[in-house]
Amino acid sequence: MPVMRYREALNQALREEMQRDERVYLMGEDIGVFNGAFKVTAGLLQEFGEKRVRDTPISENTIVGMGVGSAMTGLRPVVELMTINFALLALDQIINHAATIHYMFGGQARVPLVVRMPQGAGHQLGPTHSHCFEAMFMHVPGLLVAAPTTAADAKGLLKTAIRDDNPVIFIEHEYLYGQRGEVPEGDDHLVEFGKAAIRREGADVTIVGISRQVSTAEKAAKTLSEKHEIEAEVIDPRTLRPLDMGTIVESVKKTNRVVVVEEGWPHGGVGANLAALIQEQAFDHLDAPVTRVTGADLPMPYSKPLEQIAYPHEPQIVEAVLSTFRDI
Amino acid sequence: MATEAQEMTNQELPDPDVAREWLRSMILIRRFEERAGEMYAKAKVGGFLHLSIGEEATIVGAVRAMQDEDYLISTYRSHGHALARGADPDNVMAELFGRETGVSKGRGGSMHMFDLENRFMGGYGIVGGNLPLAAGMALGSDYKGADEVTVCVFGDGASNQGTFGETLNLAALWKLPIVFMVTNNQFGMGTALERHSAVTELYKRGEGFGVPGVRCDGMDVMDTYRVMREAIQRAREERQPVLVEAMTYRFRGHSMADPEEYRTKDQVAAWRERDPIDAFAQQLVGAGAMEDGEHQRLDQEIVSRIDAAVGFADQSPFPPPESLYDHIYVLENESDSWYSVDERSAGVHRGEDERRLPASERGPEDEYRRAVEQAGREGANSGPADRAQNTPDGADSNEKLAQGGEG
Repeated sequence: MPVMRYREALNQALREEMQRDERVYLMGEDIGVFNGAFKVTAGLLQEFGEKRVRDTPISENTIVGMGVGSAMTGLRPVVELMTINFALLALDQIINHAATIHYMFGGQARVPLVVRMPQGAGHQLGPTHSHCFEAMFMHVPGLLVAAPTTAADAKGLLKTAIRDDNPVIFIEHEYLYGQRGEVPEGDDHLVEFGKAAIRREGADVTIVGISRQVSTAEKAAKTLSEKHEIEAEVIDPRTLRPLDMGTIVESVKKTNRVVVVEEGWPHGGVGANLAALIQEQAFDHLDAPVTRVTGADLPMPYSKPLEQIAYPHEPQIVEAVLSTFRDI
Repeated sequence: MATEAQEMTNQELPDPDVAREWLRSMILIRRFEERAGEMYAKAKVGGFLHLSIGEEATIVGAVRAMQDEDYLISTYRSHGHALARGADPDNVMAELFGRETGVSKGRGGSMHMFDLENRFMGGYGIVGGNLPLAAGMALGSDYKGADEVTVCVFGDGASNQGTFGETLNLAALWKLPIVFMVTNNQFGMGTALERHSAVTELYKRGEGFGVPGVRCDGMDVMDTYRVMREAIQRAREERQPVLVEAMTYRFRGHSMADPEEYRTKDQVAAWRERDPIDAFAQQLVGAGAMEDGEHQRLDQEIVSRIDAAVGFADQSPFPPPESLYDHIYVLENESDSWYSVDERSAGVHRGEDERRLPASERGPEDEYRRAVEQAGREGANSGPADRAQNTPDGADSNEKLAQGGEG
């Protein structure tokens, strides 16, 4: 199986879907001549031309809104926003329009739109370029939310997102762009939404990782096994809406302990929601409270030492897992 | 403005059949809106209700300048746009009543009409939210090489939203086939034009974005038609977006709950003198295109038609409770992997599985039943006879309605 970087897998997905379907086009800031802020769209302008790879002015709300409008007339736009923080400028079009139009008009119009964007801290970009907002988007009925963590899923989930008739919020991660992984060959590599992946099997504790934190959780699981004889099962939900609660609940029934790891804020976060769902659906199987490891509850600071302690790293996950054993 | 308007109206009438159809469409909107207002007072219609009484010429003049394949997109004041584009008054009224037979199946209500078949691409409740959508539709036409134009209607208030500048810039930059029509009814809700805009000649605001502007007399259906037809032709043939400012006035309040403390009775009366329907009817009679009395016959026929629409709406069923989750997602797609999160059980399943759940798990069934019963009780005294108490444009009932509960 070919090995490639996460960003290359995304690029391949875009190229294949554009070759497959004339209606698919790309729109975003600096995605063409500049080849994309994170080089995900590199080479696509040369291959497909300006009609299908459209550099836009810096007008996030309008770019997304035009994606919605063109989707309503039968196109299949893939809009790139430079980071998820800039999606806040487009929340009106994403929530009031993209997410509601199919329902609000009694099923008459469809919005087959993909909005792609990276998130995440670690590059000292301060409070306006570093946050994780998956919890905010997964809150919204009418949206689908994918957060791929491997190169294979980046490709497979993006292809599936482009072929879907619903608006998809596609959340990439700046740290993951350079990570390598095996990617199945072929035009038909589609990853189904609503199916979690079990990244590592284990019988002692379940760790649910979100976005980049899946890879941090895998490292923590290795340490737990080597130093503490605890075998962790690491689950990657892959999509947050739909959310595969079945796989998570089955795992919790086996391990009786669960730790949720995310980079976003704790209050009203993915972990907060999962904790509610798990206690509703598997209360009798829990031997310890559902435990969360989250980003710090603050605007992301610039200074490197401060930034490093403001989002989860491996030791915090190890400590959180150990706490679920101490609590008994 | 009056002098300018007089100059513009000095033009030839269209073919008599065409002219009578325009008059008919304007009366249909007027009578529909009046009845909608009455039904709101009887609580048959909920939520907000924004009427376009007084603005009929802007609607009919613009829509008749469009071709069938063109797209029209509007605001939360859009009953008239849906009707002019060809939506059945039955289904528009049923939408106001929240019924399954409504144009949006009772999901949208007054502010969110839609009629895909007639390429009426929606009324939208967010001020300025429809501009990017319109440009996207025009992009869709351009991308496919289709000959279609998108007409985007919004109010003077919306011209202060960021989307106005963003969208005009992009439309001009990408040479999209689109006409921006700002319906300047002099107020953004209760804030007068000169209190919300530094530049009150709104048609001038497009220049800086590469979108030339032109004004029309929105109280004159012929002038609106002429200016819109030219703008649409330019957009279609030259790929030049145009901004058209239609000068008009809403005779009623912003919505049904508007005591109108921000304007004088004299101002309202002055504009009412220029009633677009009366003015056009007089022109037709004067030019011999319509006989004396035909206006009244047309009016009676339309009143009966609206009565029928009210009857249709009232007899239509509410959407069934098991349809609550319908249309959140499109489910019949290629990859067949779409689910709505259902947090009542561990299984991931489609939101539309709601209809398969036992009634006890579906949500507050009692609340649904009570709402249906209440609608029935309020309907008992809503016969057409009640309408007779009102003046033709419902001015007398306006003050009473204004006491009703918006906000």
